[in-house]
Order: sequence, then structure tokens, then C-alpha cells
Amino acid sequence: MLDARGMIKRRLGLRLWLSGGWLLLLALAAILAPWIAPHDPLMQDLFTSRLPPFWMDGAEPGYWLGTDSLGRDVLSRIMHGARVALIVALIAGTATALIGATLGLIAGYFRGWADLVISRMVDIWMAFPPVLFAILLIAVMGTGLTSVVVAIIVIDWTRFARVVRAEAMSQGAMDYVASAQVAGQRRLGTMLTEILPNVLPTIVALLTLEMGIAVIVEAILGFVNLSVSTDSPTWGGMIAEGRASVHRAWWVLVFPLITLFLTVLSFSQLGEGLKDRFDPVLR
Amino acid sequence: MSAFLSIRNLSVALKGGPRLLRAVSLDVAVGEVRGLVGESGAGKSMIGKAVLGILPHSVEVVAGEIWLDGVDLLRLKPAERRRKVGATAALIPQDPLTALNPSRRIGRQITDRLVDILGWTRADAESRALELLGEVHIPDPARVMHSYPHELSGGMRQRVLIASAFAAEPRLIVADEPTTALDVTVQKQILRLIAQMQARHGTALLFVTHDLGVVSKVCSSLSVLYGGLVLEQTGVRDFFRAPQHPYSRALLAATPQYTDPMAGLNPVPESVIAAVTEEVAQADRGWRHG
Amino acid sequence: MADLYTVTDLHLSLPDMVHKPLLGSAPRIDILHGLNFTIASGEVLGIVGGSGSGKSTLGRVLVRLLEPTRGQVLFDGQDITHLDEAALRPLRRRFQMIFQDPMSSLNPRRTVAAIIAAPLKLQGFDDTSRRVDRALDHVGLPRAFRGRYPHELSGGQRQRVGIARAIAMEPEFILADEIVSGLDVSSQAQVLKLLDDLVRELGLTLAFISHDLSVIRRLCSQVMVLHQGRIVEHRPTQALFDAPQAAYTRELLDSIPLPDPDQPWAMLET
Repeated sequence: MLDARGMIKRRLGLRLWLSGGWLLLLALAAILAPWIAPHDPLMQDLFTSRLPPFWMDGAEPGYWLGTDSLGRDVLSRIMHGARVALIVALIAGTATALIGATLGLIAGYFRGWADLVISRMVDIWMAFPPVLFAILLIAVMGTGLTSVVVAIIVIDWTRFARVVRAEAMSQGAMDYVASAQVAGQRRLGTMLTEILPNVLPTIVALLTLEMGIAVIVEAILGFVNLSVSTDSPTWGGMIAEGRASVHRAWWVLVFPLITLFLTVLSFSQLGEGLKDRFDPVLR
Repeated sequence: MSAFLSIRNLSVALKGGPRLLRAVSLDVAVGEVRGLVGESGAGKSMIGKAVLGILPHSVEVVAGEIWLDGVDLLRLKPAERRRKVGATAALIPQDPLTALNPSRRIGRQITDRLVDILGWTRADAESRALELLGEVHIPDPARVMHSYPHELSGGMRQRVLIASAFAAEPRLIVADEPTTALDVTVQKQILRLIAQMQARHGTALLFVTHDLGVVSKVCSSLSVLYGGLVLEQTGVRDFFRAPQHPYSRALLAATPQYTDPMAGLNPVPESVIAAVTEEVAQADRGWRHG
Repeated sequence: MADLYTVTDLHLSLPDMVHKPLLGSAPRIDILHGLNFTIASGEVLGIVGGSGSGKSTLGRVLVRLLEPTRGQVLFDGQDITHLDEAALRPLRRRFQMIFQDPMSSLNPRRTVAAIIAAPLKLQGFDDTSRRVDRALDHVGLPRAFRGRYPHELSGGQRQRVGIARAIAMEPEFILADEIVSGLDVSSQAQVLKLLDDLVRELGLTLAFISHDLSVIRRLCSQVMVLHQGRIVEHRPTQALFDAPQAAYTRELLDSIPLPDPDQPWAMLET
């Protein structure tokens, strides 16, 4: 029988497949970049500078998405840039989720002084302007992959803490939590077996969203040259360089931008799709 | 006595899905109080929502006519329909907690409809609101006009909603389980108030409820529903003396009666459920989604 | 018949967060004002009252989800008034609770079998699977329901799962908090009949909280009427319905709409 729920379900499925597919492709490209990238991403060759992408006049075979003003292959640079982007997304996203969600869960379920301390900390934290905070951190710690990851964790754990706290509070008021208590369940056990599974879909959705945000933050830091060292390609760095020659070679700017856009979009869509998959109530 | 509201073969369905109302026909005359009775999922609230044009987005009218005061609402353009319904009908909602905007004063919430939809002056609307708050026995109406919803008890809020429903002198009121959220003692006061207001204003009333006890107190006639199908329509006295449909009889036998420890609370027999489910399936035979 | 519960001078107050000043502690609202009563072993006690009467609070004190401010609660001779969670744990299997809203009292992410088994595992029963089956049999649900999720069940079926979870531990006492108020009349009748049978079969002691006196009449042997945190009447069911003593009890009885158009209900007087 065809009903409204069925139609919604199928649409969600498509969303999950498209976003998951793109991220898988990107991950493969990143992992295999040293072997499958057509060129060395750092090799400069002024004879092949500003070659257009393959479908335009004057394109050279082998340079699918063209080259930048120093003659470096754009496709190869995007693939290598994906390594940095995905490492940051994975490590920073997961660590942020772990720290923020744990604190949020404790504050929301145990309440009392734990909640007081954590909530005050969140309030104070959120009073700092985030971008300034990040730049300050990196200025202190120096540029590099670790600094970027730490900056993202330090700034964004509050997002998880706040959302998870609110969710844990509303779940904590449900009768099945009281029911676990009547059964003789310990407080910590109740938090892990009753509350956590019900908050998990939210955490997963936030996590993928956070990965998208991490990719953007990394790109921004790359754009202002505060990300990893200049000799490994990053999307943010490519966009910054592409901006300078956008009138003569738009592809240097546009292709990393499209990649960045699709990646961030896929992360957020993946989160929504997974959230629905995870939820037996919606399944 | 001619019908003020006349619903003809109304079918309502989930978009692209099964029907929720199956060719429902019923009439409400001026001054009549018709109870719509059934268990959850029977479609009783859906009828009131279809009349007022407040069906959820996932649901659509697929067939039928709704004649209100001589006009078929379903043939009107949306804007005309809103105007017609706004000037003729009103709703007393189920949950007095969520039906009032928590951040606005009571007075404004009653008068806005009069001013915005019916074009009254603010002063006229305010004196009308004061008069009505008095009529629903709210002590110190002037103070309540300036109160926020959270400052009133559940019973008081429901009184405000009743005053608000009667404010524009509607000729039809849909009351959607208006006392389900209230204590029995408050329920009695509210039911009495609705009955008084209805009698005084001569309004036609469509009273949605799951409680046969309530029906016997406020309604003059009733329609019993199951699975979106009308099983029985009759006058209240006839119904309680001798319900015709087997499901109606079972429903009455399941209704608790404190006066007799052995009466009531008999589970509806499986055979009755099976028979009435078959009746619903029968109604769907030969029906195609338009 | 021995008394399972003996409650003496029970007081309870809760902090009023609405009127909490910015600094300092919140003022306290008194919910229960010195209740005295006993529940005999094997008794079915109906606790009735309007909203704000304190009936649910009293129930939660009996299963010690709430701690009294003053007074004493004895369960089978043992003082449980101020026991902490660790000390209560071994007692938990002896008093259980069925909740009002089966949707919120059943974890939506667990199957029926997991929901019923969870308290059994906590209390260290080893034959959980067999006990789950037996509990399902007792409440008249097919064993095939083990793998279902709460949202796949009807309201009446969900409430049966709640009952199965409570009886699976074979407790001596069960508190039922408004367990039929959210159900249709037909499932309401079924659930009440089931509870009635279980009380007899398993020799349970039951406290049944409800706002509806008609439901109480059918099920309970004793009735306690609460009004604003005080007991206004506490008598055998038959006696209470035949000749209600307290004015509030009479008001409650008069307010129930019987399914009878000839019942004098004074609808149109002011």
C-alpha cells in the first residue's frame, strides 16, 4: 500500500545515498591520493600554467580540471586537500562530540551542582567571539594540523553540551526513567541505558553537522593562511589563491568551492538521514 | 427545522492514502446539539476540523459537500471560505493550556478576532469581551482582561475560551472534547456553562467527545462513529433507551457507572470489533482514490 | 490480615521553582499535610482526588520515588522513609509501579521483551526469558510481541506491557497511577478486568490512583478520598458509595456524568 509515510521514507533514503556516496568518493580520493592523483600537487610548471578544464579549448589531456597560475594540477590539489579536510572533520568532530555530549548528558541528567558548573562554563564560553578565539588560539599554539583541531574542539564543544543537556533534561522527565528507578537501576546506569540511546540520534545529527562545520573552519583558517603549512594543499588555501586570478582562470577558484559546498552539504544531509535511520519511532 | 450545517457524503483521506472519513453525512439544525461519539481514530474530531477548514496538511477532502448556512464551503475559494467560516462558526478547543497564546493578555486574544475579521472597533470589542467574561461567570472580568493565561486555572482558561468562541455570535460552534483535560468537578461546571450559553444564544453545536456520560448531559442527538464511518444517528433519549447498532450497544456497556458496581466496564467483544471492521472494509469496496 | 504499609503523619513539601528568588533557595509548597493510613496485605485501595489533591505524590512516596519531609512510612514492618537508593535496591522487587502514560513510561528505543526484562536483569533474576514469556501470557499479549517497539502497539496493548513489566518480578505491592485515564472506554474495560484478575491470581496488594470514582467502584475494596493534600474520607468501597460522608466526596460523586439522560444533573440552573 502506498501511503504518505512510505513516500517520506523513500525520499530520506535517496538523501542518505547521495550524501553518503559523495563522502565515500571523497574519502577514497583522499586515502588513495598519493597513488591515483594524476600529478604531484606541488609540482610547478610555468609552461602549463592556467590550463583550462578538459571541455574547453586549449585544454591539455591529463589535466582534467585545469591548472593554477603556477601550473599545478587543480584536481590533484583538491584530492590532496581532501586529506586535510577529512582528517580535521573526523578528529575534531568526534572529539568535540565526545566532550560536549558527555558534559551535556551529565548536566542534563544529574542536574544540581554539576549542571550549575557546566552551564555557567558554557555561558562564559559562548561570550567569546568564536573566530577571534580561534585565531588567538592558533597565534599562541602556532599553525599546524593539531592547532586547527584543538581550536575547533575548544570553540565548539558548547554546541553539543547545550543541545544534549536540553534533550537529556526532557528525557529525564519521562516516566521510563522513573520506571528504571523503581526497578532499582543506578543513576549512572540509567543515564547510559535509558537516556543515552534516546539522545544518540541527536548526537549523531549534530556530529555530522559538526564535521561539516570543521571542514568550513579549516577552509577559513586555510584562507587566512592559519591552517597547516603552505606546502600541503588545502581547500581554503586554493580558494584564497584562486581568488587572485579569478578573471583569467575561474576554475582555480570554482572547483574547490564546489567541492567544499558539496562536502558540507553532504555532512548535514547525512546527519538528517542517519538520525531518521537510527530512530525506531520514525523507522 | 432545517439543517444549518449539512454534511453530505464527506470523505477525507491522507494525501495519497487511505480514507479517514468514509462518506459521512449528518445534519445539525439551529439550536441542536449533536454529539459526535467514538473512540480514538474514529474520525470524530476530523469532521469538526473539515467544517472549520483546519484539517492538517497531510489530509485532504476527497469527496462530498459541506453546506453551512446554505453555502457549500467546499466550492468557495479559500479566502471566501475563511471569511464565511470566520463570520458563522467558532471552535471551543480541547486543551485550554495550548489554545491560548502564553505571551499575550486575555483581553487582546478575545478582541483580536472581532476587530481583525469582523471589523469591530476596539472599544466595542472590549465592552463585548467584558460582557461575555461576566456571562461565563468569571469573577472580576476587568482584571482577567489584563491577565496572562498562566495566571488562570485550567477551568478559568476554558471559560475564557468559551467566552471567546461566543464573542462574535457564531451560529455554529464546534466543541472538540472541551472537558477532557479537566477535573470532574470542573467538567460539570463547564458542561453546564456550555449548555447555558448554547440555549441562550440558540447556537447549533457540534460536540465531539468520547464520553457517553457527557453526551447524555449536553446533547440532543448523536452520531456514533467507527473508523470514519457513521454507524448510527439518533436522538439522545432513543439512543440510551435502545441503541440500535451492536457496536453502540457494546460501547454503552463499556462505559463505567458508579451507581451499580456490576454495570458498565464490559470489554467490547472481539466479535463486535470484527463485524464493525468488516463494515468499514465493505464501505471501502469499490472506492478508488481520486 | 497484616498491614503491608503503615503510614504515619506523612508530610511532603517540594521547592516552588516558579517563585524562586534570583538568589537563595526556593520557597516550599506543602503537598501532603500529615496523612495517616494503613494498607492491609491483599487489599485493593483506591486513591481518588482532583488535580492538585496530592494523589500522585502520595503514590510516588509509597514506591519511594519521592522522599517524605516528615513522618514515617513502614513497608512490611521496615522503615523506608529515608532509605537511600542503595538500601532500597533489594526492596525494589517487592513494590512496583505502573505509570499513567504508557507512551512515556516505555523507552521508545527498546523492544517489548527488553523493556520487561530490564528490571529482572537488574534484580539478578537468571530465568529472564521465561519470566518475560510468562508475564506476557499473564497480561494476554501474544509472545510474538516480544520483538515489537512501543510505537507499534495500540494504547491498550502498551498499558499491558507496563503491567507485564510490573508483575514480572512477582512483587507484593503494585502502585497503579491513573493507568486507564488515557485509554478508550473499550480498552479501559479490558485493562481493568485484567488488573482485577491479576490481583486475585497473584495475591497482589494494589493501590489504584484515579480521578474517576466509577472505575474505583468496580475494582477497589477500600477508597481513600484526597483533597488538597488531606484525607477527607477513607472507608470500605460499599459504605462510601452508599453514604458518602465528606462534602467533597459527595461533590465528586455528583459531578460524574452517568450515561443516562434522565439523571438529574441540574444542567440549566446557575
